[in-house]
Amino acid sequence: MLGVSKAFPGVRALDCVDFRVQAGEVHALMGENGAGKSTLIKIMTGAVRRDEGEIRIDGRPVEINSPGEARALGVGTVYQEVNLIPTMSVTRNLTLGRQPRRFGLISWRTARSLARERLKRLRIDIDVERPLGSFSLAVQQLVAIARALEDDTRVLVLDEPTASLDADEAELLFQIVRDLKGRGIAIVFITHFLDQVYKIADRISVLRNGRLVGEGATAELPRLKLISLMLGRELEETEERLEALPHGAKGEPILRAEGLGRRRVMAPFDLTLRPGEVVGLAGLLGSGRTEVAKLIFGAIRPDSGRIEVGGARIASHSPGQSLRHGMAFCPEDRKAEGIFAELSVRENIVLGLQTKRGWLSRLSYSEQERLAQEMIEALGIATPDADKPVGQLSGGNQQKVVLARSLVSGPSILILDEPTRGIDVGAHAEIVTLIRKLCAEGLALLVASSELDELIAVSDRIAVLRDRRMIGEIGSGDVTRETIIRTIAGARS
Amino acid sequence: MTPGSNVETKTAALRPRANTETAALPQRLHGLRALAGHRAIWPLLALALILAVDGAISPGFFNVRIVEGRLFGNLIDILYRAMPTAVVALGMAVVIGTKGIDLSVGSVIAIVGAVITWRIHSGDPHLVVLMAALAVGVLCGLWNGFLVAVLDIQPIIATLILMVSGRGIGLMINLLYGGTNPSFTSPLLQGLSVGHIGLVPTRIILGAAIFGALWLLIRRTALGLFLESVGGNAAAADLAGINARLIKYAAYVICGLCAAWAGVVLAADTHTSDPVSIGLYIELDAILAVVIGGGSLSGGRIYLGMTVLGALIIQALTTSILTSGLPPEYNLVVKAFVVIVVLLLQSDNLRAALSKGFTGRKR
Repeated sequence: MLGVSKAFPGVRALDCVDFRVQAGEVHALMGENGAGKSTLIKIMTGAVRRDEGEIRIDGRPVEINSPGEARALGVGTVYQEVNLIPTMSVTRNLTLGRQPRRFGLISWRTARSLARERLKRLRIDIDVERPLGSFSLAVQQLVAIARALEDDTRVLVLDEPTASLDADEAELLFQIVRDLKGRGIAIVFITHFLDQVYKIADRISVLRNGRLVGEGATAELPRLKLISLMLGRELEETEERLEALPHGAKGEPILRAEGLGRRRVMAPFDLTLRPGEVVGLAGLLGSGRTEVAKLIFGAIRPDSGRIEVGGARIASHSPGQSLRHGMAFCPEDRKAEGIFAELSVRENIVLGLQTKRGWLSRLSYSEQERLAQEMIEALGIATPDADKPVGQLSGGNQQKVVLARSLVSGPSILILDEPTRGIDVGAHAEIVTLIRKLCAEGLALLVASSELDELIAVSDRIAVLRDRRMIGEIGSGDVTRETIIRTIAGARS
Repeated sequence: MTPGSNVETKTAALRPRANTETAALPQRLHGLRALAGHRAIWPLLALALILAVDGAISPGFFNVRIVEGRLFGNLIDILYRAMPTAVVALGMAVVIGTKGIDLSVGSVIAIVGAVITWRIHSGDPHLVVLMAALAVGVLCGLWNGFLVAVLDIQPIIATLILMVSGRGIGLMINLLYGGTNPSFTSPLLQGLSVGHIGLVPTRIILGAAIFGALWLLIRRTALGLFLESVGGNAAAADLAGINARLIKYAAYVICGLCAAWAGVVLAADTHTSDPVSIGLYIELDAILAVVIGGGSLSGGRIYLGMTVLGALIIQALTTSILTSGLPPEYNLVVKAFVVIVVLLLQSDNLRAALSKGFTGRKR
C-alpha cells in the first residue's frame, strides 16, 4: 500500500501512509486509539474505499472495492469481535454464504466435509456439528481464522485476535500463526499487548494520528523506542513538571487493595490510596486501566484478593457497597455507562446521592433542585435549566453531569476513568482544576487516563500497567513522561 | 434532523416532549402556550374529540342522572368500564418503564378469579379470600420477576410463560372441586366490584385510590427514579449503585398486584370463574394505554396519569362505537384507526413536519 490517504468528515484518518507486508512474515501494526489502524485495515479489506494512493499485490496495482474483491485477491480478515454466529454449528459458520449446493439445495454432507477440511488446515479437530458458542473463545477465534483462510489466501489480517484469550490460549493461537507464516502467508497482526508483539512479530509498523511514524524489524525496534513512537514524544525532550503540587498524601491509607484481580481481565494487583492523594493509572490502550478502576469499584467482580476501605473490608463487592463505603465512580464511556438520556439533568445528578440514601428517603424536590443548581454552577454545566433531558446536552456537558453525580454523594474516594475524554480545552482545564481542588479538601483520587500529560499534571503517584498487569509504581517527585514510558517499556530507569 | 441528534430524535419519536410528573406544574400551566407544550394536551384533545363526536351523534350523551341512588350515564359508564384496564395499565406502565413488558396480566386475572371462586366454595371468610387473591398477584409478580431479573430471560418471553400457562392453572383450580365455570356469590367482593359508595361506583373510588397510592409510591419515594434509571440505561444504573435485580422484582410485583385487583373486580362482576375468557386481551389494551399515554417500550419513563388517560381513550372509543349505532363489528378496526392517529399526533417529528408544511394553519 503506497501513499494511502483517507479523510472522514472533520478528520484526516490516514495521511499518505505506506504499508508493506512481505510474504511469510508476521507484521505487527501498532498505534494508540485513533491512530488509523482500523482505517488502514478496512481499506486493505475493502470495507472502506481509499481517497488516494494505490494498493499493490505482488507489485501489480489492484482495486479493492468490497470485502468480496479483497477475498478474491487473497486478503482474509478476522475482525476483533468474532463475527461468527455462536448459536449456529461450526459447519454453518464456516460455510455461511458459500454453502455447497446440490440440485439447488444445500448439501450438508459436503458442507460438513468442507468444514472439516478447513479446520484440518489449522490442525484443529473438533465436532463440527456442535454450536460454535459451546467451544472456548480460543477455539472460536481459530474457527474465525479457518473461515478467513482460503486455499489462495496470501494476506491474513488478525485484528486483536488475543484480546479475550488467556496466556495458554494465546500461545495456541501463536503456534498456528507461526505455522501459517511457514506456508508463506503474510500476516498482519494488530494487538495492544506489547509482549505478544515481541513474541511473534517479525516487523512492526507504527501509526500515529494517521501517519506512518516508524517501521522496522522487531529486533531493531526496542520497546522504549516503540512506545515513544506510539505516544509521540521523543524521550530526549526534557519534561518539566507543570508546577509544584500543593497537595500530598496525608496519614493512613483510606483504600487498600491486596491481590485484587480477575482471571482473563486483570492480573492480581496491590494498590493503596491516601486521603488528599491522586494516584494515576498509566498504560497503553488495553493495558487494563479501566479494569483496575472497575475492579476497585466492584463494577467488575474480583475473583481474587481483598479490598479495604477505611480499615473495614468490603465483603461482597458491588457498586452499591462501594458507594456506601464512600467511593464514587465516573465511567469512561458516558453514553453507554454514564448518562440516562431520558432523565433530566437534575435527576441524573441527584441519583448519585439518592442511591446512597435508598429508595425510601427520597430527596425532596427543593433539595434536588438545590443540589442540581449547586453542581451546575460548580462545574459550569451549560444547560438552560435542570429539567432538560441530559440526552440533549453536548458531550462535554454530559461528562460534567456524570462527574456531578459522583460528587454529589460526597465521596471520600473518587475514581475517574478518562475524565476528560471528548471534552474541549476549556472544560478540560476546568476539570483538572477541580480535581486539584478536591484533593486539597482531602479527597482521595484514582485517575485512569490515556493522556500522559494530564496524569503527570495531577498525580502524586502513578501506577503503571502493561498487558493487564500492574508492572510498577512511580513515586512522588519522580513522575515524568520519561519515567512512565521507561516503566511501560520494562526498562527501569 | 441534525446528524448529532440521532439518538434523541429516535427516542423522542413516539414520545411527547416531557419532563417528570413531579416537575413544577403550576409554572408550567401558565397560560395556553404552556398548556400547548404539555404532553397531556394531545391525548386530552383526542379524548375530547371522541366525546364531542359522541355528543353530536347521540344527543343526551353527556346526561348524568341518578338512578337507584347512584350516578348513571355514558361518562360514568366509560369510567366504570375502563377501571380494570386502567389499573392493569398502571402496573404495565411501571414494568414498561424498566424496559420490560408483562404479557401475563390476563392470565393473572384468570388465576385470581379461579382462586376466589375456589376459596369461597371452600368456605373461607371473604376477607381472607380477598387477601388470598392479592397474594396470588404478588406471587405471579415474583415469578415473572425471578425469570426476568435472576434468570435474565427477555421479558416478553419470560411473561409469555405465565401468559400461556396461567389460564390452564385457572382451569386446573376449577377442577379441584369439580366445576366447569363454577359461580359464587360474595357480598363483599361484589360490593367492591359492582357496588357503590354514596353516588359513586366503588370500583371508580378504589381505582382512584390505587392510582393515588401508586403515585405516592413512585413519585414520593425514590422508587420511580430507580425504576426509570434501570429502564433508561441498565449499565449506568449498575455503576450508579442501583440494585437492578431488586428494582425489577418490584416492578413485576406491582404489576402483578394491579392485575390481581382487576381480577377481583372482573370475577366479582361475572360471579364466575371462567379462566378461558376472563380478561382476554387485557394485556394488549394495557400496553396500548401505556403507549397512548406517551410511554415508550424502550423504557426509561413512567407516566401514571397519562396511562389512565390512555385507558380512558380506549374505553371511550369502545363505548362511542357501541352507542353510535355503528355495527359492533366495526369496533376493532375503528379503534385501531383512532389509536394510530393519537400516536402520530404525539410524534415530535410529525408535529414538526406538519407545522412546516402548513405554516399558519394550526392543528
